[in-house]
Amino acid sequence: MKTASKLFSPGGDKMKRGRLISFALVIAAYIIIEILLKTGNLSSLFKSLLVPVTCYVVASLGLNLNVGISGELNLGQAGFMSVGAFCGICVSGMLANTITVPVVRLMIAMFCGACLAAVFGFLIGIPVLKLQGDYLAIVTLAFGQIIKSIFMNTYIGFDADGLHYSFVESKFKLQPGGKMLLNGPMGATGTQKIANFTVGIVLILIALIIIYNLMISRSGRAIMAARDNRIAAESIGVPISKTKMLAFVVSAFLAGAAGALYGLNYATLVPNKFDFNTSILILVFVVLGGLGNMTGTIISTIVLLILPELLRSLQDYRMLIYAVVLILIMLVTNNEWLKSRVKGFTSGKAKGGA
Amino acid sequence: MKKIFKTSIAVAMTICMAAAMTACGGSGSASSSSGSAPAAQTSEASSAAGTIKIGGSGPLTGGAAVYGQAVKNAAEIAVEEVNAKGGMQFELKFEDDAHDPEKAVTAYGVLKDWGMQVSLATVTSSPGAAVAPSYAEDKIFAITPSGSSPSVVFADPDNKTGAYGNVFQMCFTDPNQGSASAQYIKDHAAIGTQVAIIYKNDDNYSKGIRDTFVATAAEIGLEVVSEGTFDDSNAQDFTVQLGQAKDAGADIVFLPIYYDPASLILTQANQMGYAPSFFGVDGMDGILTLEGFDTSLAEGVFLLTPFSADATDDLTANFVKAYKEKCGGETPNQFAADAYDCVYAILQACEAAGVTADMSSDEICAKMVEQFTTMTFSGLTGAEMTWSADGEVTKSPKAVVIQNGAYVSVLD
Repeated sequence: MKTASKLFSPGGDKMKRGRLISFALVIAAYIIIEILLKTGNLSSLFKSLLVPVTCYVVASLGLNLNVGISGELNLGQAGFMSVGAFCGICVSGMLANTITVPVVRLMIAMFCGACLAAVFGFLIGIPVLKLQGDYLAIVTLAFGQIIKSIFMNTYIGFDADGLHYSFVESKFKLQPGGKMLLNGPMGATGTQKIANFTVGIVLILIALIIIYNLMISRSGRAIMAARDNRIAAESIGVPISKTKMLAFVVSAFLAGAAGALYGLNYATLVPNKFDFNTSILILVFVVLGGLGNMTGTIISTIVLLILPELLRSLQDYRMLIYAVVLILIMLVTNNEWLKSRVKGFTSGKAKGGA
Repeated sequence: MKKIFKTSIAVAMTICMAAAMTACGGSGSASSSSGSAPAAQTSEASSAAGTIKIGGSGPLTGGAAVYGQAVKNAAEIAVEEVNAKGGMQFELKFEDDAHDPEKAVTAYGVLKDWGMQVSLATVTSSPGAAVAPSYAEDKIFAITPSGSSPSVVFADPDNKTGAYGNVFQMCFTDPNQGSASAQYIKDHAAIGTQVAIIYKNDDNYSKGIRDTFVATAAEIGLEVVSEGTFDDSNAQDFTVQLGQAKDAGADIVFLPIYYDPASLILTQANQMGYAPSFFGVDGMDGILTLEGFDTSLAEGVFLLTPFSADATDDLTANFVKAYKEKCGGETPNQFAADAYDCVYAILQACEAAGVTADMSSDEICAKMVEQFTTMTFSGLTGAEMTWSADGEVTKSPKAVVIQNGAYVSVLD
């Protein structure tokens, strides 16, 4: 925690450079991939990974704001993604005949999904963020489970008469031509795929801008102060629960937007997709990328999502190797000896360079 | 200065990633990984003569792995048999999708890079629904062995419109099973008249069958007196649901679920001293081979299934023998049988249409669709099967009853 705070102490050239690297990385990746796409050199496998990777990157960036910067453990990021996803799918389904330009509809759906997720985050945050300790972890864990159950028992349909909804079982009959937007455990089926990679990249850039600007702002400094020493921060008048709430709601907002983009990238989406495992997966991306380290989060998310696909040639041993790689990354990134060598290497170079 | 180090790492990563992507893009079509043993042996020699590349994905890891493994093994057996006969040669590549729509879409990417010409689509429904639009878009013919939801073949499953046209099903659709079961129970009042249903409400398959069962029951005047539900988290104890059914006076319990929870239900009903008739669907198949289950409890259980491993006809006997040899004595279930049929249906259509390996997947697709919508096919899971233009199969479900630890066809 302390090293993270030192690394990302606000202001200064160092901070600025770190931010520039993140942006440069994302834009460079985008340009390279677009060139590959245009020249037809990108394999179908990678084409199918583009949008989900951007979604997971945004969700992990949001989670890193919450876990790394604000220091509160959140085990329900997938829950917020699912709120965003199903809200986005419903909004997109309802507007399908009104707004025919896919990109505009996608934007609206993502914004609605993000806002609804943020509202849920706010409601959860009111009681929980007033408490000290790991309560947020417990409550968000429960939230993820509850929201999954709720979506499994929600039926939303849309036809010429407007919107119909019911819970537990489908109690309405749709007019001919009507569409079930959300069909209980079957989730959303027959969704129009309107997500695209460019919007995903723009979303990552927006997420980075929001997070970095929050970090160097007065509120951001308060968030980090509250994380590093709650008592000291409180004594100088930082409203703890309010500042933590800010980070939590922004985190949920980003997860919602990512979820909506994800949901609109597939023809079908079941509530089971966003279970506890998905939350943990996102947390793994964040932890391995480095708490509070946005560039690291982006890289670890991309690598850990692509790795299992590249290991497909190993067939049955794929998941075994994947697990071994995860353990190796954990060992390497936490190895004191290696860390000191890296530090020595960079500081030595710094002396020489300067 | 630490940042410089980080920058260099970041740059290196980006370059690596780009390199990996182009590498895969370039070598995708050239790489022919080991699908099945004979296919791998012959691929070098026969690539000129023509090996048709069949792709497919299913859960080889995770909770639903049993079904994916069954399909993979059976499809491999079928491909080996076809190749051994000479003539048309197949090569199979089966990828893992972990029963996850997201992974199924990436698995589709892998298969497409490999140069798949015909596909077994996916084993399970939700991944199937996720990849079906891609098959339609890229015009690759696909027939799913066991993706039974209507959303696999229809873009708008609620209205049953917008069929993809080149995605076909080998299994019954879930709604078909539900209505067929209700009709069967109604027609055979001797089994029972007061129906209780216990189903898994977070499962697409179970819920789909239950919904149409209830709808059909209401239409034809079959009385449903009790409904109990369970989900993943409480699939161990069914005494409440059984007690509820017993109190409601149900004399037949309909179980549109897989055999694992069904075995617990049978055991617990027996412990309670509750002895109604039990009626299952194709997911019940496999209950007799479940380890640690007292098969005497399954005596008298009815089920609708397209396939029973105990049938005595040559086709079934040979398949069961080959499967047992390949999989260490395991008895094939209906997923395996469906997959086996898929490969042979593809063979029949390919031969009839004169498909050759040098045709593009586009051409093959058009020819296959034409064949499938006009031909009849007889296999393990039914005789005289036909397909509608939407891709749904028509075959008659077989009702079987378990007697002395074996399936016995109910004749009527």
